[in-house]
Amino acid sequence: MASKSWLNFLTFLCGSAIGFFLCSQLLSILLGEQGDTQPNILHNDPHARHSDDNGQNHLEGQMNFNADSSQHKDENTDIAENLFQKVKILCWVMTGPQNLEKKAKHVKATWAQRCNKVLFMSSEENKDFPTVGLKTKEGRDQLYWKTIKAFQYVHDHYLEDADWFMKADDDTYVILDNLRWLLSKYDPEKPIYFGRRFKPYVKQGYMSGGAGYVLSKEALKRFVDAFKTDKCTHSSSIEDLALGKCMEIINVEAGDSRDTTGKETFHPFVPEHHLIKGYLPRTFWYWNYNYYPPVEVSLEILLYKYLD
Amino acid sequence: MLSESSSFLKGVMLGSIFCALITMLGHVRIGHGNRMHHHEHHHLQAPNKEDILKISEDERMELSKSFRVYCIILVKPKDVSLWAAVKETWTKHCDKAEFFSSENVKVFESINMETSDMWLMMRKAYKCAFDKYSDQYNWFFLARPTTFAIVENLKYFLLKKEPSQSFYLGHTIKSGDLEYVSVEGGIVLSIESMKRLNSLLNIPEKCPEQGGMIWKISEDKQLAVCLKYAGVFAENAEDADGKDVFNTKSVGLFIKEAMTNHPNQVVEGCCSDMAVTFNGLTPNQMHVMMYGVYRLRAFGHLFNDALIFLPPNGSDND
Repeated sequence: MASKSWLNFLTFLCGSAIGFFLCSQLLSILLGEQGDTQPNILHNDPHARHSDDNGQNHLEGQMNFNADSSQHKDENTDIAENLFQKVKILCWVMTGPQNLEKKAKHVKATWAQRCNKVLFMSSEENKDFPTVGLKTKEGRDQLYWKTIKAFQYVHDHYLEDADWFMKADDDTYVILDNLRWLLSKYDPEKPIYFGRRFKPYVKQGYMSGGAGYVLSKEALKRFVDAFKTDKCTHSSSIEDLALGKCMEIINVEAGDSRDTTGKETFHPFVPEHHLIKGYLPRTFWYWNYNYYPPVEVSLEILLYKYLD
Repeated sequence: MLSESSSFLKGVMLGSIFCALITMLGHVRIGHGNRMHHHEHHHLQAPNKEDILKISEDERMELSKSFRVYCIILVKPKDVSLWAAVKETWTKHCDKAEFFSSENVKVFESINMETSDMWLMMRKAYKCAFDKYSDQYNWFFLARPTTFAIVENLKYFLLKKEPSQSFYLGHTIKSGDLEYVSVEGGIVLSIESMKRLNSLLNIPEKCPEQGGMIWKISEDKQLAVCLKYAGVFAENAEDADGKDVFNTKSVGLFIKEAMTNHPNQVVEGCCSDMAVTFNGLTPNQMHVMMYGVYRLRAFGHLFNDALIFLPPNGSDND
């Protein structure tokens, strides 16, 4: 009899110990913190696009970054203001209906405000945002067609409003002040364009679509004209390459956008990929595509790509 | 058989209930832990630019050269990737930075505290730093490797503060009666506070090595309790607009919250322009921060700083 109650007591104790343990584990998991994991975006194909987000960071409502607010009361922006007047840049942002809230909105609230003029190009018109309707379809294979139509639209409506015409994606960040500084040394009446220069396929090289590129007024005129006179083809699924080939045909020079120390200023990936040594594996296509030999990251960065 | 299993089950239930009770009690004790921020803090402000300009040019030069901060970073082997990032980035701007670890790690040099208990590590580190450097530095900054600090902004903040007074500042949190500086935002102690702290470390009644009874009390709270006995009180560091200068969150998190809470004032409402710390960064983010804070420049924008603090000679810096 006694041993039985002993046994019972023992099992009771065991049970309570196990219960206690399990409970504490459960609570520590529930109350514990989640680590932050960064998505590792490495594209195996130089012409691959960043797949659209799974919609988690969907932000509603108006946003005002007050990017121009005078936070720094001692900041002297005279030189920057001067350049703003002298080097007029029209930015057009490649976007689509599904990305207006997710991405284009943030571009609009931040760096786009520093363009002399900004236009958001989409397949459909949206009067509220506002976006220009290019009357195309959406999709990767439509990119070049959208690009052509966008440049055409800009040419037809805004040719005299700017000296330089920049194309950027809705996941790119542009530091306009630095872009102006680069372009201030060149004549917009000359046929030239700038971006991150890649060497394959085109003799003078072509500019990476992801890092953004900017055409001089003359380059824009020739580009639009090339389609009227059939010098360049309309159909291609690789936007940056096709544009680069066309540029070569119409004798628009592929410019050198590197800074005074030879470092690149247009970047096709997020800062981490470019700043951290060894982040991009040696076998990555990127290393073979760069037109110029690699040097450390520039102080005067213009563009960054694939930003969340 | 049946009676055994039933008593087993009863045991399990009782154990779980007991555990849950203790957890809840522990949380209630530790405080209205996360409900803080808007209780009365002691506030400390950054100096005004006008005040700085009143100081003569020569004196300013002197100040910028002579102002020295000693950085203590408490690390554990599991922090190794953060440790590497921190070592290569912001700690290079400290006049001296030393890593105090729980045990010897082959990859990096550190001062071995030979304990994995955070409070013990902190005590030993403070004692060690005081013993070695009390005559060389006036300000001691302690951080975890998840924190990114802008040492120049720290120096600017401390510029007109008298180190012979007992300063204990950072991002403060109120927990019940206790106001303490969160270790995640970085802890700043003046030499006077260090003196008082060190004199108490040997008195177990005031500064026990084992603070909590059932649950462990976090090391930053223990520090606050200890300092309180010495008459040193935590103060929240703020800029002229009342924004926290020491942050326990990362910039990304601040922006996310700002976009949800006040979308009309994302940048203005977010963070101080003269922020000293951010916490919760990954190693990669530290490198990006270094680049953004020290290297990336928008052409044509001139910031006329009244003072320039240069990183120490030979620190292999940007």
